[in-house]
Amino acid sequence: MALNQITSSSRSKLLKPLSCFSSSTSLRRPFSSSSDDNTVITVETSAPFVGHNIDPPCRSVETTPKELLGFFNDMAVMRRMEIAADSLYKSKLIRGFCHLYDGQEAVAVGMEAAITKKDCIITAYRDHCIFLGRGGTPFESFAELMGRKAGCSKGKGGSMHFYKKEAGFYGGHGIVGAQVPLGCGLAFAQKYSKDNTVTFTMYGDGAANQGQLFEALNMAALLDLPAILVCENNHYGMGTAEWRAAKSPAYYKRGDYVPGLKVDGMDALAVKQACKFAKEHALKNGPIILEMDTYRYHGHSMSDPGSTYRTRDEISGVRQVRDPIERIKKLIISHNLATEKELKDIEKNLRKEVDEAIAQAKESPMPDPSELFTNVYVKDFGLEAFGVDRKEVKVVLP
Amino acid sequence: MAVMLQGVVATAALSSSAAFDSKGAQLPTVKFLLERKGGFLVDRSDRRLAVFASNARAQGVVATAALSSSAAFDSKGAQLPTVKFLLERKGGFLVDRSDRRLAVFASNARARSASRLVTNAVAAKTDKSTASAASKIGGHEILLFEALREGLEEEMDRDPRVCVMGEDVGHYGGSYKATKGLAKKYGDLRVLDTPIAENSFTGMAVGAAMTGLRPIVEGMNMGFLLLAFNQISNNCGMLHYTSGGQFKIPIVIRGPGGVGRQLGAEHSQRLESYFQSIPGIQMVACSTPYNAKGLMKAAIRSENPVILFEHVLLYNLKEKIPDEEYVLSLEEAEMVRPGEHITILTYSRMRYHVMQAAKTLVNKGYDPEVIDIRSLKPFDLYTIGNSVKKTHRVLIVEECMRTGGIGASLTAAINENFHDYLDAPIACLSSQDVPTPYAGTLEEWTVVQPAQIVTAVEQLCQ
Repeated sequence: MALNQITSSSRSKLLKPLSCFSSSTSLRRPFSSSSDDNTVITVETSAPFVGHNIDPPCRSVETTPKELLGFFNDMAVMRRMEIAADSLYKSKLIRGFCHLYDGQEAVAVGMEAAITKKDCIITAYRDHCIFLGRGGTPFESFAELMGRKAGCSKGKGGSMHFYKKEAGFYGGHGIVGAQVPLGCGLAFAQKYSKDNTVTFTMYGDGAANQGQLFEALNMAALLDLPAILVCENNHYGMGTAEWRAAKSPAYYKRGDYVPGLKVDGMDALAVKQACKFAKEHALKNGPIILEMDTYRYHGHSMSDPGSTYRTRDEISGVRQVRDPIERIKKLIISHNLATEKELKDIEKNLRKEVDEAIAQAKESPMPDPSELFTNVYVKDFGLEAFGVDRKEVKVVLP
Repeated sequence: MAVMLQGVVATAALSSSAAFDSKGAQLPTVKFLLERKGGFLVDRSDRRLAVFASNARAQGVVATAALSSSAAFDSKGAQLPTVKFLLERKGGFLVDRSDRRLAVFASNARARSASRLVTNAVAAKTDKSTASAASKIGGHEILLFEALREGLEEEMDRDPRVCVMGEDVGHYGGSYKATKGLAKKYGDLRVLDTPIAENSFTGMAVGAAMTGLRPIVEGMNMGFLLLAFNQISNNCGMLHYTSGGQFKIPIVIRGPGGVGRQLGAEHSQRLESYFQSIPGIQMVACSTPYNAKGLMKAAIRSENPVILFEHVLLYNLKEKIPDEEYVLSLEEAEMVRPGEHITILTYSRMRYHVMQAAKTLVNKGYDPEVIDIRSLKPFDLYTIGNSVKKTHRVLIVEECMRTGGIGASLTAAINENFHDYLDAPIACLSSQDVPTPYAGTLEEWTVVQPAQIVTAVEQLCQ
């Protein structure tokens, strides 16, 4: 399988985790040892980067055990959350639209590893895991999905409108492609305030055919905005395969004068390397396009079985060969950072945590009816808002 | 003789106990409620004066005391009474509540009895009558587009986060010169020339506003903003709500709209009717240099997204505006001419057609009350309601199409709220539901003309 080659030259001498710890701790937690923070592991990405108008970065990625275990942890939570959302949707606790991200987790965690919370991320509607990556909690996510007051958008946004302002997560947008000009606006503000941060504007292969994307790209390139456009190419725009929607599915090349990079989006370390590279580039030279070659296991949304336009063999094939969590697992095991059993235990614990978050969210209250009229305007001036029958529902906006 | 109340002093009209005689009675002395070192005053719709601190140079006190109630003006059109200013301010802000209350005023101002009628809807030439000889304060004469620019420049000086984006706003100076000279002063990033891509630069402005910048988007013609409808509706209007209050979008979207001089159908659109349903935005329409500057400043300072509708034909209107800084209230209507017999509600260019018709009506013995509603969303039902309660007849004159226009919403709002006060059904004069033709004669007939207004008033007042 895709077991990564380990370059021998920089292989660190790792003691077996067993001997680092007293045997009294039943659950060995290798990542808590301080020595592991300094150990550097160099891994080669599964596939080389392909550049368009740019020299791609090298394939060797440096990482630490802590980071690898962090990747595993985060991706496992994301995977677990999406699967739980699936069953919650089927039991009608989540309504409306629910677009699941499982299979694409590597993009979220790899990106986070390369940037800070001051950098901005904006994405479309497949946003649950990006929200988690930016520091959101499963409880906030489930509460929002179930429309509770404790949700990240107070229950008023829903699945497609997760936001976290203090962590630089700008959502969460339902209209395909509309977030790209917004993302360039974020980059404009970053350039305006000169704070050396970048914006990752994410969109899908379906949105890559939107005119506003090219309009925004033109402006970003004209103004040298620190915008990184990330195309999460999961090869299907809703139910239409990429080759049926785009004359040129090489999305990293479609920026033309804007350089592009094609990245294996199922490899968290490759994503991390690419994002680090892109950030440096954007701060100096302006926009760059990253195409993440990734895959979603679920259908486009919960109403789409996902098997009418692709075969189940294809889905299970990708799951066996390219699954991001499996890849990290293999890396961890081969570097002796943890055993298979330990990882399974971690997963079990995470599953319990997610289940607890669900239970907590289920108990949390729905928004107050008065919340219908809050946050329409900022500092409402005592304006009156009416319902269908003005005599029935008449509210003075706060 | 119609009176247009201008200037920094609002007349305490309409309300109550204090009656002003037409010789110009003094307003009762007001007590100073507050003393603040710096601040400007905003009159709120609940008529409490709120004072906000700002970097105003103002020292000293601020007057107040809105009087409400029902002072009626002499129906012959009393002049604004001379007002004695009790407060002294070394410069400062002022918010004009044009009709019902005292406005706070800065020290160098003296009463200004502005009794002026602008008859020209299109000021191709400067209107001599606007240079009011009666004005006692040092103001300065200005054209509407210059007033917009002045307001914009003052706000850009005041807050470094204010920036402008639009087509040809930078080096060219704006296709209607509303941003002339600003790019040289503030730089190319702050006054940004965008490519012709309304959808994306409006989106960019919204994204920038989410981080805290305060962009002003200029649509070269309001009609082009249809291309940005998605961004305006979904992102601009709704992000504050769907994010649970996390993001504010303090954006101003402005541009000229309305029927011009044979510009053709696509360049003569009235977008206020299309945008009015979008929740979360505010819409205002300016009609005079005075309210253009005031509304521009208020819109920039507002935390909500505001769409400021200007009119292609009104850019060259000339008027004398105060030297002092002033900000108008976004939700307020303006009492143009108080009256007794009928309430005429209008906005933007139709105000001038109405005032022209008012001249004829007065000669025929009618006494129309003309209100420039200014705030298209939300409606200032307070001012409008008081007027309806007084006159019991309403005529709406607008430039929107008949179907689904601002007049249609306003008719519904007045009917639902003030039905008991109406003696006659509300009449709404709007543009015809046709694309605006090129031929001059046809174009004239798509838009409401003063003669039609006179006929409508006569019919209503039977």
